[in-house]
Amino acid sequence: MSVPQYRKAAALALVAGLGLSLTACSTRSDDAGTDAGGKVTITVDCQPVGSQKELLKNWNDDVAEFQRQNPDIVIKSVSVGEQCNNPPDFTARLAGGTVTDVFYGYMTDVQQVLDSGQAMDITEFANKDTIPTWDSIDPALKEVFTDGGKLYAVPVKNYSMGLVYNKVLFQQAGLDVNNPPKTWPEVRDAAKKISALGNGVAGYAEYSAGNTGGWHFTSLLYSQGGQVLTPDGKRADFNNAMGRQVLQNLKDMRYGDNSMGARQLLQWGDLLTNAGAGKVGMFIGAPDATQAIVSQFQGKFQDWAMGPLPGQDGPAKATLGGGEGYFFKKDLSPEQVKAGLKWIAYQKLTPGKGQFDYVRAKPQNYPVGLPQPLLFAGGSEAQKQELELRKANANVDTTNFAVFEANPVPIKGEPRNAQAVYAVLDAAMSGVLTNPNANIDALLKTAEEKVNQLLAAES
Amino acid sequence: MAITTVPGIRSEPGRPAPSYPARSQRTSLGRKVRDNLTGHAFLIGAVVCFAVFSWYPMILGVVMSFQRTRRGETTWVGWDNYLRILDDPSFWTAWRNTFSFTLLALLLGYAVPFFVAILLNEFRHAKGYLRILVYLPVMLPPASALFLFKFYAYDPSEAGLFNAILSALHLPTSQWMQSPQMTMPAMVIASTWMNMGGAVLIYLAALQNIPGELYEAAELDGAGIWRRIVNVTIPQTRLILALLAMLQIVATMQFFVEPLILANGAGAEDSATSVAYLIYQHGFFQNDLNGAAALGVIMLVVLAGFSAVYLRLSAKQD
Repeated sequence: MSVPQYRKAAALALVAGLGLSLTACSTRSDDAGTDAGGKVTITVDCQPVGSQKELLKNWNDDVAEFQRQNPDIVIKSVSVGEQCNNPPDFTARLAGGTVTDVFYGYMTDVQQVLDSGQAMDITEFANKDTIPTWDSIDPALKEVFTDGGKLYAVPVKNYSMGLVYNKVLFQQAGLDVNNPPKTWPEVRDAAKKISALGNGVAGYAEYSAGNTGGWHFTSLLYSQGGQVLTPDGKRADFNNAMGRQVLQNLKDMRYGDNSMGARQLLQWGDLLTNAGAGKVGMFIGAPDATQAIVSQFQGKFQDWAMGPLPGQDGPAKATLGGGEGYFFKKDLSPEQVKAGLKWIAYQKLTPGKGQFDYVRAKPQNYPVGLPQPLLFAGGSEAQKQELELRKANANVDTTNFAVFEANPVPIKGEPRNAQAVYAVLDAAMSGVLTNPNANIDALLKTAEEKVNQLLAAES
Repeated sequence: MAITTVPGIRSEPGRPAPSYPARSQRTSLGRKVRDNLTGHAFLIGAVVCFAVFSWYPMILGVVMSFQRTRRGETTWVGWDNYLRILDDPSFWTAWRNTFSFTLLALLLGYAVPFFVAILLNEFRHAKGYLRILVYLPVMLPPASALFLFKFYAYDPSEAGLFNAILSALHLPTSQWMQSPQMTMPAMVIASTWMNMGGAVLIYLAALQNIPGELYEAAELDGAGIWRRIVNVTIPQTRLILALLAMLQIVATMQFFVEPLILANGAGAEDSATSVAYLIYQHGFFQNDLNGAAALGVIMLVVLAGFSAVYLRLSAKQD
């Protein structure tokens, strides 16, 4: 082949290749459904990633066992990263319509999922036939995923926040490890003693960036008995004595006592990295924060314990709750929805199986004994079974969470338009944590105006 | 219109050769296409790539900015998204921050590489090594470079590199990214360090094209180094200077990775929120892709305005 001919051939091959790849892009990989052999195929996300070897093996074993028990169902697993719902990725998948048939989402994602038009109403399918423990699931959790009387997802996890503390630092500071602070003034005293240990240890650590500051402000405000928005969700409701108290507590610890460390503008991974390194005495979080500290940030389970969220003068008035569930993609066939529900029931909602397979988790050093997920209603049959299994196989010292469990705090959900509100409240949190002369009244007033403006624009 | 004789048609003696203007043009066009088939085939690939991955998303972005998707239903809402974005409490903060960053980057990030290039151009020895040294930061992925600044240089405690230097010099230390006043300068310093290598090389190439006689003549006329820079170097490199100024404005106005990594987003009291970061917030955290598209279009218009000014100025200069 001469050079010009070769060039022409190369150019034509390039054009043909490009055309084919574009065609491939536009081809729907719509092979899910029922095949000629009568098998129903569903795609499910949140499969553990390759680096989570044991978790991945557990998942794959669960899939194999489920398919053995249900030979007419094929599960195709999809991994979407270690964090199953990283908001930018999740938004992109929703907007692009590339979510799996059965897809994971947070409780705060319901509005976004419904707006994207990607979820289907599963009310008629979710029952005891598809999920044997359905009647044991806390009705309040089902309500979170219900809109206009229609159910759009099945809850698989639920948590509430408390005070997570480092027992080793407590001991070193001469504090009682079995009696964590119950009020914010007690937290302040303890933080002062812990930070006096030096070596860069923060007595109490708090978020103030990436919307996590606003998230925690909400929980701190709930502990005071406040609320972020008015009950109709139309106006901000934090520029008051309770909001001021939240920021004053933080400012006192940060600049009055210098007990919160020099590094601020922390978000989730920053704080837990410091915690894993033994540099944080206390912070507020859910029980599984300890799991993240161990599995992702090289901490040790035995170092951590948990108490209820403190209140200002006594027990907290409320704490922030959250959780996750699985949605079902629109236009699935009834067989696919039923197959998906069966899989969720098997892997997420059956004591002794999947996430509740404590016998399997115990030797793998995954925590058994944490007071979560709070999925089943108190006194229900499934809850009794789950608690018995948890107790029999606990590999973490359950006494570390005994105070938290023995002092339940009423749980409140997140406000409407949570992420946008949190983004505004980040500025108030970063204000008191980075500026010794921060004017709390001005910070709250600015945040209030911004949130009202935002809500007005949204309505 | 040019009339050409069609090749291959023989003219009869005594009669003029028939002429076919239209056909001849078609043939000419066909021949051009045939002759450049390879080039056109390669061009199709580039055009399709641009169309699919660049122009189509841009058009879609403009369309989306006039729509709203709720409950899976997309409706036309006119200018609503734009009005809503203008009402966003962070809108003007983000623009103020963006213009501050751009201005500071012009003062620092534009001038420093030029003077570094002049300095490098004056060196007689170790030129190659010095150029590599200056260019090295460009080879670091931006995220890595910014994490270096965040955890090593801008640590607000005494352990931070910059604070240690300031302490050693008995100067007051800074909170760097935790201070609303220092956020912008700190981001510009990091950004300049990361990006100036490329600009320095371009300036160096331009400097080396300046005829040596001009400097010799200036020296004979008694011009010192500053006069030589003002009267010879700058006029001789003005086209490159103007081009890089324009590119710098367009690039710095879209700064995003600096606030995302150095300030974990908005920074202390919103002092780091840029327009690009606000677009990201709306699109990926606030369930508002349409608002994000509207803000993107506003930014496009502003940047197009800067580009138009540049084109007009450069046309006048030419």
